[in-house]
Amino acid sequence: MALTSVTYYSILFNNSNTIKLSKKTIFDKIWDNHVVCTLKGGTDVLYIDRHYIHEVTSPQAFEGLRLRGTGVFRPGRTTATADHNVPTKDQHLPLKDKLGREQLEKLEENCLEHGIMHFGLNTPYNGIVHVIGPELGITRPGMTIVCGDSHTSTHGAFGTIAFGIGTSEVEMVLASQAILQNRPGKMRINVEGIPGEGVTAKDMILHIISKVSTNGASGYFVEFAGSAIENLSMESRMAICNMSIEMGARGGIVAPDEVTFAYMKGRPYAPKGKDWDSALEFWKSLPTDNDAEFDMELFFKAKDVQPMVTWGTNPGMGTEITGKIPLERKIDCGSIASFRKALEYMNFSPGEKLEGKEIDYVFLGSCTNGRMEDFRAFASLVKGRRKSDRVTAWIVPGSKQVEKQCREEGITAILEEAGFEMRQPGCSACLAMNDDKVPEGKYAIATSNRNFEGRQGPGSRTILGSPLTAAAAAITGKLTDPRKI
Amino acid sequence: MPTEKLSTITSTCVPLPSENVDTDQIIPARYLKSISRKGFGRNLFRDWRYDNEGKIKKDFVLNDSRYSGSILVAGKNFGTGSSREHAAWAIKDYGFRVVVSSAFADIFCNNALNNGLLALEVTEKFLEDLFERISRDPSTEVRVDLKEQYISVLPVGVPEKFEISPFRKECLLNGYDNVDYLLSIRDKIAEYENFSR
Ligand code: SF4
Repeated sequence: MALTSVTYYSILFNNSNTIKLSKKTIFDKIWDNHVVCTLKGGTDVLYIDRHYIHEVTSPQAFEGLRLRGTGVFRPGRTTATADHNVPTKDQHLPLKDKLGREQLEKLEENCLEHGIMHFGLNTPYNGIVHVIGPELGITRPGMTIVCGDSHTSTHGAFGTIAFGIGTSEVEMVLASQAILQNRPGKMRINVEGIPGEGVTAKDMILHIISKVSTNGASGYFVEFAGSAIENLSMESRMAICNMSIEMGARGGIVAPDEVTFAYMKGRPYAPKGKDWDSALEFWKSLPTDNDAEFDMELFFKAKDVQPMVTWGTNPGMGTEITGKIPLERKIDCGSIASFRKALEYMNFSPGEKLEGKEIDYVFLGSCTNGRMEDFRAFASLVKGRRKSDRVTAWIVPGSKQVEKQCREEGITAILEEAGFEMRQPGCSACLAMNDDKVPEGKYAIATSNRNFEGRQGPGSRTILGSPLTAAAAAITGKLTDPRKI
Repeated sequence: MPTEKLSTITSTCVPLPSENVDTDQIIPARYLKSISRKGFGRNLFRDWRYDNEGKIKKDFVLNDSRYSGSILVAGKNFGTGSSREHAAWAIKDYGFRVVVSSAFADIFCNNALNNGLLALEVTEKFLEDLFERISRDPSTEVRVDLKEQYISVLPVGVPEKFEISPFRKECLLNGYDNVDYLLSIRDKIAEYENFSR
C-alpha cells in the first residue's frame, strides 16, 4: 500500500464550517457543514452522512477494500438494496442469469461481512434504492447522500445534497465515510404559478430540460424553488430532482418545508419523540436565506408547461405531446449532426407530429415515476378502460411497499381488470439489465428518465413521458394527449 | 491502488465527433454484470462496434484501421448519463490514456481521473480544428504534457493550455490513490464526527 504518497497533500483549511457567510443558500449551509478539510486547489474532503449501495456498482469497491486489508469505516451509515438487475417476475426463484445472480450474492455476502443493513430480494423493504431511502425515512433533510447511481439526485427533494458517484468513490466512502469533491456552482431554477390540468411534475422537468438542454446545467447544483415547486407533493419533487442530472447538473435540491415534514413523520427510520423535535428545529434552519446569491438563475412559468414527450435520444430532445418534431433550422438542442443521428435512430422525420405515433411497449416504473402517486395517476386513466392489444406493458412498482400499497388501495385490481399485469419491484426496463428488454426497432413510452440509444435494449426506441401520458398510450396504442381521454 | 503515472503522451488519435456520447453507448448496461474491474474494453462502444448478430460494423471508427492510438478525441459533453465507472474502465482497458473533448459530464470526469485516465477539456475551436486535422490525416500526432498543462498537434500546432485542478494533477503525475489518502486521515475524519455531530 503506497501510504508514503498520502502525506504529500497539504491541507489548507480545517472544518470550514467555522467560516460564516451572512447569506447562504441551502446548498452552502449543508456543504459547509460537511467539509472535513480542504486540499490545495480547493478540493474538499466531504463527509457523507448516508451512503446507499446496490449490486452493480459496489462489488469492485468491496474488492478494493479487501485488497487493501481494511474494513468499512462506518457500516451503520451505508444501506444496501438489490434493484438493478433483478427480475420482475418469480423473484422467489433463484436468478436464472448467472452473472446477475453472482452480483446479488456478492452484495449479500459483503453486507453480512461488514455489518451493513441490506434490504435483499423478497424482504419487505426491498426496492429501487431511490424509492426505498425516502420511503423508509432513511433520507433526511440536511444530509449529504451519495450512491453509485446518477439518480441519487432524487433525494435532493428532501433538502439534501445528494449525488451519484463512481465505484472508486464508493470505495472511498466505505473506507473513510468521506470523498474528495470540488464545490460545484450554484444555480436556482424558479417555477411560478399553477400548471394546467393533466400536467405533472414529470412534464415540468421534461419541459425545463428541453429548454436548458442535456448539458445546460453542467457544473452546477440546482435549487428548485418558486410557488409551483412548493405546491408539489414530495413524490413529485422527487421526480423533478431525479431528472436534474439529465440536464447535466450535479444534483437538484428543494428546501424542506411542512410538506417535507409531514411526509417524514412516522416513517420507519425517521427520528421519533425528542429526536424528532430537535431534528425539526434543525431542518427549519436549512432553507436558502433571502438575498443569498446564485451563479445563475432561470425562471419558468408553470402555465407554459404541457404534457411532454421526447422524440430523440437524450432527455433534452423533447416537446409538447401536441407539438411537432422541430425542423432542422429550428433546433436548439445540439448540432445538426446529432439531431439527424437521433431522428435516424428513432426513425422520425423533422416537422412530424408526435400525437398518433404507434407505441409497442409501455413501461410504468423506475426511480423517477415508480411511486404511489404515479400508480394512482396511471390507474385513474385506465380505470374502466382496456389496455390496447398492440401494447406490451411492464407495470413495475418502485418498491415492495409500493407494491403492497397498490394492492391495499385497489390499484392492482383496477390495473388487472384493464388487462395489465402487476410485476415485482426493481429497475426493470429503465436500464434493461434484466429480461425486460424492448426489442430492436420497437417504440416504448417509458416513465423512466433516459431515452438514450439502446437504453431499454439494443435498438430499442424510447419516448419519455409522464405516467398519465404512458397510460393514455397504453389504452390507445398510440401517443395520445392524456387530457383528451 | 496506485494507478500508472501519467505525464507526457505523444500519440495518434481516434476521433469520435458525436456530441453527448452517453455512458450507455460507452458500455451498455447488459455488460455491467461483473464483479471485477477488468475486461470491459472488449465491450467498449459495443452497439456501435458490433451489430445484433455480433458482426463488426465497418463504418465505426474503432473498426477503421486508419485510426489508432491512446488518445480518444470526442464530441462535446462526453460521458453524459449514468455514474457507471465501467465506462472509464472500458476506455482505459481498451488502451486509451487520454480523452479529449470540449466538455465532459461531471461524474464521468471524476471516474476517469480516479482511474488515471486524463479527461482533457479543450476549447470548441481547438476540438474542431483537431477533428479536421485528424480527418485530413489519420497519422496526425498529438502531444499532451500534463506537467506543463498543454496539448498540441504535431509537428506545428500552437500549444493550447488546459485546466486541471492542482490536486487532480498531483494524483495523475504520481499515480496517487485517493482511497489510501482518505484512509490515512481517518483520525481527522473521526475528529470531525465528534466535533460536528
Ligand atoms: S430505476 Fe433506473 S435510474 Fe433509477 S436507480 Fe434504477 S436504473 Fe438507475
